[in-house]
Amino acid sequence: MATSSLAQAFGRLRATQVWKSIFRRGPARTNRTRSLAVFGNLFLHALPVKVRDKSLRVRATYYLGSITFFLFVVLVITGILLMLYYHPAVPQAYRDMKDLGFVVSNGVFLRNLHRLAAQAMVVAVFWHMFHVFYRGGYRPPREFNWVVGVGLLLVTLFLSYTGYLLPWDQLAFWAITVGTNIISAMPILGRPVRFMLLGGNLVGENALLRFYVLHCVILPLIAIVLVGVHFWRIQKDGGLTVKETFQEENGRKEE
Amino acid sequence: MSEPEKPSPGGDANRRDFFNEVASVALGIAGLGAAVVTYRFLSPNVLFEPSPTFRAGNPDLFPVNSMTYLQDQQVYIVRTKEGFYAVSAVCTHLGCITQWKPEADQIACPCHGSKFRPDGTKIEGPAPRPLPHFAITLTAEGELMVDKLEVVKPSQILKV
Repeated sequence: MATSSLAQAFGRLRATQVWKSIFRRGPARTNRTRSLAVFGNLFLHALPVKVRDKSLRVRATYYLGSITFFLFVVLVITGILLMLYYHPAVPQAYRDMKDLGFVVSNGVFLRNLHRLAAQAMVVAVFWHMFHVFYRGGYRPPREFNWVVGVGLLLVTLFLSYTGYLLPWDQLAFWAITVGTNIISAMPILGRPVRFMLLGGNLVGENALLRFYVLHCVILPLIAIVLVGVHFWRIQKDGGLTVKETFQEENGRKEE
Repeated sequence: MSEPEKPSPGGDANRRDFFNEVASVALGIAGLGAAVVTYRFLSPNVLFEPSPTFRAGNPDLFPVNSMTYLQDQQVYIVRTKEGFYAVSAVCTHLGCITQWKPEADQIACPCHGSKFRPDGTKIEGPAPRPLPHFAITLTAEGELMVDKLEVVKPSQILKV
């Protein structure tokens, strides 16, 4: 009884003009209306309307790309919350990091969630890439999406590296000193690139601020754009690779 | 008469192609200018970093056959019987700060294990070059003056 009255209430809600003005269609009961529901939604339209049931089978390597994406979502949410207590200034940055550990309620939880999710994301990205590589998922027509994926790998690593400096402790300082000196070993461009990245000749206030802006604004924006292209290309390149299909295609080529 | 598919390079381009070209060139110039202006903006003109030239104090502060580490400047002031020289304390490998180990008569880097002699020459480790010597002079007041921007030959020693 309760469920049917709930369904009735939902039906009445669907009949209202407000609901119709937002969703513009009835319940998704047929394949056509289900497809339209995906097509007509900004957040879903980059995703495929149909997937092969084989690509939904649970395996050890199931949803590695999605795991990476959801770790990124976790990092964005925890990162925005951490920004509310963090000043990218010397020496306030180190004190804020300590405050998050000892003073702010649940600060330890959020900071560790951000840090561990970041490390897990690097692992997930590599695992995803290994999986795609050994499954041959980089082959035509998916070769461009592999290149986009390599771009996402680089963005992930740069995000990790820029985030490394922000606690402003000894580990951060020397890691960035050593890392930017590796950059300056590059012929001709090395020293200017290091100077621009640090905003000076040594790891100081300018470097902290630049790494903060890269970490919180520039690199996440690049990541979001590349993730959008990556997801859209999955659909355009014929959905996720499936082991069986791959073997069929291979067999056909050999014949 | 049918129009040619592509305008010949000689110049009978149609109006659309002409404006496309003008617009592309204008956008190119504007983009190049924006890149240059942004590059200039991103290079700071004033740096709030320690001065590369500094006074190390009176020569009498340094006993003969001594090695003194100046932490703020990251430089060793070495005094031998012959005179003074200044050796960088920044490892030539990846920029870590080295440490003077008097018991081993060595300068050692904690990051990747490079080792140097007190005169900066390399003993071992991943460091590609010896530690550089900086120009050291006496001011009119008789104080030692080190210029970290001027690298000198190790044979150059300030006699006092």
